[in-house]
Amino acid sequence: MVLRVVACLLLGLMMAAPVLYGFSISLMQERDIMSYPPKLFPVNSSLMNYAHVLRTIPIFRFIGNSAFVSLSVCLGQILTCSMAAYAFVFFRFKARGALFIAVLATMMIPGEATIIANFLTISSMGLSDTYQALILPFTTSAMGVFLVRQFYLTTPKELKEAAQIDGCGDIQFFAKILLPLSTPVLGALSVYTIINTWNQYMWPLLVTNTPEKRTVQIGISMLQFQESLSMGLINAGCICILAPSILFFAIGHKKMAQSLTAGAVKG
Amino acid sequence: MIPANNAVSKPVIGKTRARTGSLEGHLHRLTPYLFLAPSLLVFAMFYYFPFIKTIVMSGYITNNRGILKKFVGFANYLNLFRSPDFKQSLLVTLRFMPMVFIPTLILGMLMALIAEKRVKYLSPVTEVLFSLPMAVASASAAIVWRMAFHPSVGVLNYVLGTQFQWLTDKNTALFSVALVTVWLQVGFTFIFLVTGLRCVPAELIESASLDGCGALRQIVHIKLPMISPTLFFVIFFNLIASFQSFGQVRLLTQGGPGTTTLTLGYIIYLEAFQNKRYGSAAAMSMLLFLLLLSITLMQFRFERKGVFYN
Repeated sequence: MVLRVVACLLLGLMMAAPVLYGFSISLMQERDIMSYPPKLFPVNSSLMNYAHVLRTIPIFRFIGNSAFVSLSVCLGQILTCSMAAYAFVFFRFKARGALFIAVLATMMIPGEATIIANFLTISSMGLSDTYQALILPFTTSAMGVFLVRQFYLTTPKELKEAAQIDGCGDIQFFAKILLPLSTPVLGALSVYTIINTWNQYMWPLLVTNTPEKRTVQIGISMLQFQESLSMGLINAGCICILAPSILFFAIGHKKMAQSLTAGAVKG
Repeated sequence: MIPANNAVSKPVIGKTRARTGSLEGHLHRLTPYLFLAPSLLVFAMFYYFPFIKTIVMSGYITNNRGILKKFVGFANYLNLFRSPDFKQSLLVTLRFMPMVFIPTLILGMLMALIAEKRVKYLSPVTEVLFSLPMAVASASAAIVWRMAFHPSVGVLNYVLGTQFQWLTDKNTALFSVALVTVWLQVGFTFIFLVTGLRCVPAELIESASLDGCGALRQIVHIKLPMISPTLFFVIFFNLIASFQSFGQVRLLTQGGPGTTTLTLGYIIYLEAFQNKRYGSAAAMSMLLFLLLLSITLMQFRFERKGVFYN
């Protein structure tokens, strides 16, 4: 038992070590960072690097952009995925099987096979460097449709029949009864999409080109190519954008893990 | 309660049938399509259409704004197999794949076995810590790891007592990128494996230990076979993710030194967005797609043969 606790905490510490190391560096002064032997813990710790970040980088702008984009993508997915799942579970119609396969098939298309054409589409539409470009392509996902569908399959069919008897229409049933019931799965989907969107790198790198629209990962990683900036500053910036996602992850972790594995793990 | 519900439900079905044919019936038949429309629209615009466009584009030479200029058939593909850089990137990717998925799987499995048993207060903390990298972007990971790789003041050389030029030596660069990728992926792997292990029926383990089956043999003969579907899913997921590694490559090594870390994901980016040769980049994407597709099909076949479903 003691052995298990020690093993868990040690291994957990190892997994968190890179992040803790980054945090520790963000508190150090440049001459301590560049001294040998390397220091794991800051000697003259100060928040100077953080103050410096706030002065030199529009970090709140980046965070605001990413927050707005992540929330919009999340709302979009909640809406489109639950609507699609509703159609797949509660209706029988001719193309149901074919359309469901068509949705799942998008999981097989790797991002690389669409990103070039999507980039060209977005630029030809004049949408480069807009929020629309960052949001629109991600407002639905096969994973989301699948997750919500799995959940709806477990709700009793009688629910809808009973609602119909009470004179509840299709839209009313969906909005007033089904959606409120599906908060667990929608919560899981939200945690997953928000973290993924927050962490996006390649797409925002391609479609943004001014600091006004840059998302967190692009804004911070650009600093790395500027030789004049200190490692302490860059790490401080990095911790600023890591903290929200880690906090959010720690809170939503359980819900997300349960829903994600529900489809893939069989007892 | 339930039988009563069933009894009432019959006339409702009858009523729905009676409606077909009328205007209301037509509307009713359209309803599911209306609910599907938003999601299908997005899929059409940003998945089906660009996928087909990429196939078409791979047969053309384009200008630097991506406008199709000249149909060349399979010339883009043939040129790829004559290009030393592309051949190199295939080799790099094939080397990179096992460097990522084997350690990820072993480490993830080990962590799952350690964290399997639910312990009050400990388990929630362990689970968050073990899967923490799921919350970290490849770009952020590259930044924090970059300092650890620093040859003179980085913590890795200091702790190991080595003097590697991790990111700039052609013998260690790919390994370094793989190390970061393992860290990024192991959390996801762990979550799936630990959930799988917890679904193994407790009676099975109990009766095995009553029969004098030791911990190690329980793992090899009961747990691993029981979670084989999850195991296959995780292997498959890791293979695909290592194929597509991009952020950590761009921020740690930019494909270098030379072309030693030029993964497929990164060379496609260079060809399309730096060289602006969209046709050739589209051909690379299609080859990547075909590779991933064959891995998937192989996985399905394997699954049917070698996996134990209860």
